[in-house]
Amino acid sequence: MSTTISSRCAACKYLRRRCPPDCIFSPYFPSNDPQRFACVHRIYGASNVGKMIQQTPTEMRAQVADSLYFESRCRIQDPVYGCVGIISLLHLQIHNAESELAKVKAQIAFLNSDANQELSFRPQLEGHSIVNNLCTGQSSVEQQQIASSTIHGPL
Amino acid sequence: MSSSSSYNSPCAACKFLRRKCMPGCIFAPYFPPEEPQKFANVHKIFGASNVTKLLNELLPHQREDAVNSLAYEAEARVRDPVYGCVGAISFLQRQVQRLQKELDTANADLIRYACNGIPSSAAIPGSNNPVQPVTLRQRAAPLEFGGVGRPIGNEGGGAFYQAPLPPYPFPYPPLPWNDSFGGDFNGGGGNM
Repeated sequence: MSTTISSRCAACKYLRRRCPPDCIFSPYFPSNDPQRFACVHRIYGASNVGKMIQQTPTEMRAQVADSLYFESRCRIQDPVYGCVGIISLLHLQIHNAESELAKVKAQIAFLNSDANQELSFRPQLEGHSIVNNLCTGQSSVEQQQIASSTIHGPL
Repeated sequence: MSSSSSYNSPCAACKFLRRKCMPGCIFAPYFPPEEPQKFANVHKIFGASNVTKLLNELLPHQREDAVNSLAYEAEARVRDPVYGCVGAISFLQRQVQRLQKELDTANADLIRYACNGIPSSAAIPGSNNPVQPVTLRQRAAPLEFGGVGRPIGNEGGGAFYQAPLPPYPFPYPPLPWNDSFGGDFNGGGGNM
């Protein structure tokens, strides 16, 4: 039974050569994704890609191929900056996020110190905690009247 | 940017390639002889002829930035032969995510402070210091990164590149230009 499926990897198809059994490219450039090898070849060249894969331990070679593909795609889409443009953008995002975080923290610190200041000026009432007063929403005048009536009897 | 295609000093590229540095050498303005490692890295990763092709496709005013970004990528790849610049991108994306979470938490705290009855002039309408939660204006878009057999552009396939963290502090050199660029950094007009 003859097979109609090509046994050559995308790299060997692109390079128009026979695909040997120990082809360095074939595990990472399958024939169903010709664009992948075309991109890396355009930016790095076949022999550089082959060298970089060859010099890496086998268990890391897939990551090498993936990262080379990513970088070559970035370079094709942005010939001036490549993936360094993305790094610049991320630096900018980090800078913006840090500034905004500092602003929010400053606002929280302001609110915190403002709340503490108000609490420290409020007179202490006998038998009433400050928190209870805040929860009931009583004004300080009402609280003083209640305090007086408690001590001295109703007005 | 200085031209080194003179009788006295060939550019770093022509020195490396052991050839005569002719007037009009395409490498000379960008690879001065004082920086031999720059061309050595670029040559190792990209190759001289690929760099020539890339530069020839660009306008002259774009070439310096292109060479600097190629040199940056090449150095990153020499330092990290497995992930290259992608390692840096993963690291920075994680930082952005972490900061976004911190910002969300801080905003939630701020809203709680403002709305949970703690008296403050900041909560009074029309005050000089209104409480305003801040959001990160530019959320980092997740980068599409297909593995083997997963073509990029697959509608449901976009995902962060899950590179493991390098075992050392961020090793990448600072960018070769000021980060606070005013113009577009997609000089080639490309978008991810």
